[in-house]
Amino acid sequence: MFESLSGRLDSVFKKLRGHGKLTEENIQEAMREVRMALLEADVNFQVVKDFVATVTEKAVGLDVVGSLAPGQQVIKVVHDELVELLGGDTASLVLDGRQPVVIMMVGLQGSGKTTSSGKLAKMLQGKGRKPYLVPADVYRPAAIDQLTILGKSLGVPVHPSTTDQDPVAICKSALHAAKAAGHDTLLIDTAGRLHVDEDLMGELARINSALEPAEILFVADAMTGQDAVTVAEKFNQDLAISGVILTKMDGDARGGAALSIKKVTRRPIKFVGMGEGLDALEPFHPDRVASRILGMGDVLTLIEKAEAVVDKEKAAKLAKKLKKEGFTLEDFLDQIQQIKKMGSLEQIMGMIPGMNKIKQLKNMPKPDERELVKVESVINSMTLKERRNHAIINSSRRQRIAKGSGTSVQDVNKVIKSYTEMLKMMKKMRGQPGGLGAMVGGGKKRKRPKGLTR
Amino acid sequence: MLGWFKKKFESRPEEEQGPGGQTVAEPQAMVANGEAAESSDVDSAPPVAVVAEQLGQPSAPASEFAADNKEPEAGLKFFKRLKERLAKTHDSFVARVDELFLGKKVIDQELFDELEEILIMADLGVGVTREILDRSRAKVKRKELCEPLALKKAIKEQILAYLQQTDRPADLVMPRQGPFVIMVLGVNGVGKTTTIGKLAYKFRQAGQNVLLVAADTFRAAASEQLQIWGQRIGVEVFTRPAGADPSSVVFDGLEYANARNFDVIIVDTAGRLHTQVNLMEELKKIKRVMGKKIENAPHETMLVIDATTGQNGISQARLFNEGVELTGLALTKLDGTAKGGIVVNICHEFNIPIRFIGIGEQMEDLRDFNPQDFIDALFANDHE
Repeated sequence: MFESLSGRLDSVFKKLRGHGKLTEENIQEAMREVRMALLEADVNFQVVKDFVATVTEKAVGLDVVGSLAPGQQVIKVVHDELVELLGGDTASLVLDGRQPVVIMMVGLQGSGKTTSSGKLAKMLQGKGRKPYLVPADVYRPAAIDQLTILGKSLGVPVHPSTTDQDPVAICKSALHAAKAAGHDTLLIDTAGRLHVDEDLMGELARINSALEPAEILFVADAMTGQDAVTVAEKFNQDLAISGVILTKMDGDARGGAALSIKKVTRRPIKFVGMGEGLDALEPFHPDRVASRILGMGDVLTLIEKAEAVVDKEKAAKLAKKLKKEGFTLEDFLDQIQQIKKMGSLEQIMGMIPGMNKIKQLKNMPKPDERELVKVESVINSMTLKERRNHAIINSSRRQRIAKGSGTSVQDVNKVIKSYTEMLKMMKKMRGQPGGLGAMVGGGKKRKRPKGLTR
Repeated sequence: MLGWFKKKFESRPEEEQGPGGQTVAEPQAMVANGEAAESSDVDSAPPVAVVAEQLGQPSAPASEFAADNKEPEAGLKFFKRLKERLAKTHDSFVARVDELFLGKKVIDQELFDELEEILIMADLGVGVTREILDRSRAKVKRKELCEPLALKKAIKEQILAYLQQTDRPADLVMPRQGPFVIMVLGVNGVGKTTTIGKLAYKFRQAGQNVLLVAADTFRAAASEQLQIWGQRIGVEVFTRPAGADPSSVVFDGLEYANARNFDVIIVDTAGRLHTQVNLMEELKKIKRVMGKKIENAPHETMLVIDATTGQNGISQARLFNEGVELTGLALTKLDGTAKGGIVVNICHEFNIPIRFIGIGEQMEDLRDFNPQDFIDALFANDHE
């Protein structure tokens, strides 16, 4: 349905090539596209309006350089401006000052306060602090149990609150208990509440003045729409929040709420929640979220993920081996296993620029995880000799392999075919300076006389 | 929906007040709580009266009088409360629309620009907003519309058409025999468990025998949360220890139900992001297991959507629909300032009816979705 912003901008600017400068008139159409992209990403209408005005101002007067397409140029301006708006001051937690330090989590129902509290406790624990979890949600059924269970699994003590207590009283007594037991960080998990609920907002204000937290973290769902502005503004007005945690960023939401919240509160986004596991809390990277808001994929995360699973030593070894023996079916298997380690194919595809949109098409065939399993089992059913030299795999061997792996001969053929194709590709790359060698790390670039390279 | 509840209610009066006995204290305390929380709401008396009456004669069937009386009163109260709860939504939205229309004599570009802002701010999305405005623009061009107020009406009708175009009835359809199985799903934190609690209360009020199955074995204390709801309402909750395989919990739960006489079974699933392939597979499996145990179950597969959700709601609906084929939507948290316009978008694109809206945390805060009322409440003003 939608192309990526860069694609659309390129087509807008096609007619512009060769013009001297970007002017207000000729970028107007481009700005319409930028505006659409931002609105589709759920950036607040008013924020978009201001943003487009700023970017237009910055883009007007830029020279259209021959080498850089005007579309790219505008994207760069837009992207840079987004990063600047999202980032700004670096944001770590303020943990010095009077001990124990109090951190208060606030937000709407279901934004992920309790889970984030657990994640934060784990992170602080890893940094050598002694967190103390305080469940102050006496309204939602079993909210206290939820935090207690999380605390238990983390080995972090949880204040024994009960639902008949007043949240302010709970927090006060928790502070004493923490002091007495020598904990240095209090994490208060407050109940989710609507920003228009004056009673409950008053309760937060009372906790705030009773405990004077060093950090008030506003927990917001990355999927929030236009309303993000209203909610964040109200919480900030009543409580003067110190930072934001953006949750559920592991989904496919473009996360425009991040920009809206940052813009109205002017408070840094300190962390993003990237999953349900208790270690899935990451620092906020403005550049990545900027790309995501623009629908340009998240290449950096993809690269980082790849780096995390690809063993550098193994890669160097592979490079050496490839030079000596060539790429065998065993190496092929290895590659497949590494890809699998990076996560589901769909997730990986989501991070590739442009792919996100393709993925949303209705009839697009989904990458099948089971195919990978099939390939693995086919290769596993081969003898070592066969794996090193695929040429010896004749039809009777194929039949045996198919039987052994529980697949059909066609499947075996398919695997061998995709392997040989990869082999061909590698041979081609080897012919180019900086090709395969540079890719798998190690290996010298061979110099060739000019005429020989293609 | 109400009509259906009533029919069911009358056809089986003797089964009214099944296992209510041991939970008598709970609902009472609960109602008292509710009243305290909304002390400003003078009209909260009727539910207390109704519950009190039922408590007074737990074994006797509720009299015809009570049943007949409840209808109109509930209807009135419904509208009042809906209006009240939507007031904040309504104030900001309508005030702006009125401002816009009353000050204008002609339809011009500026008016369209402002209308666009209003629709987008309601999370209707760029695509739908454009579509709505383009249609109206064409009408204006053809001189079918020439004054701002008529334009407003046209836009209202357009949104209504989107909401009503689904060819499935917006009422829950019971199977002819056997229990009615409802599967509830959605992303994390949209209010699945709370919605189930309120839904169970609704069925309970209609005299149905309800079983809740806690198949969220992943999130800490999820089954405890459902159990507390069960106590409040006085319905049974089927649970297994945390960490159990959700499909097996559902299997055992339905077996348990088969041996007893339940009218309605509501299955709570763990919140999951629609992009997580493995968790979606798990959901498919849960659905398959239900079909094995009870014919054609689940009869209703309901996606819960948070009114604050933006354009990602489309992606949620698409992927959940692809995975388990949705038959209904519930829109929660409409009592805030979010307008929940994303459902217009979802209705329009996927042909899934909206069944309920959630407008608060109390157990009676679940309403049947009525597109006309909904849009009227959004647009209603004193000048009309």
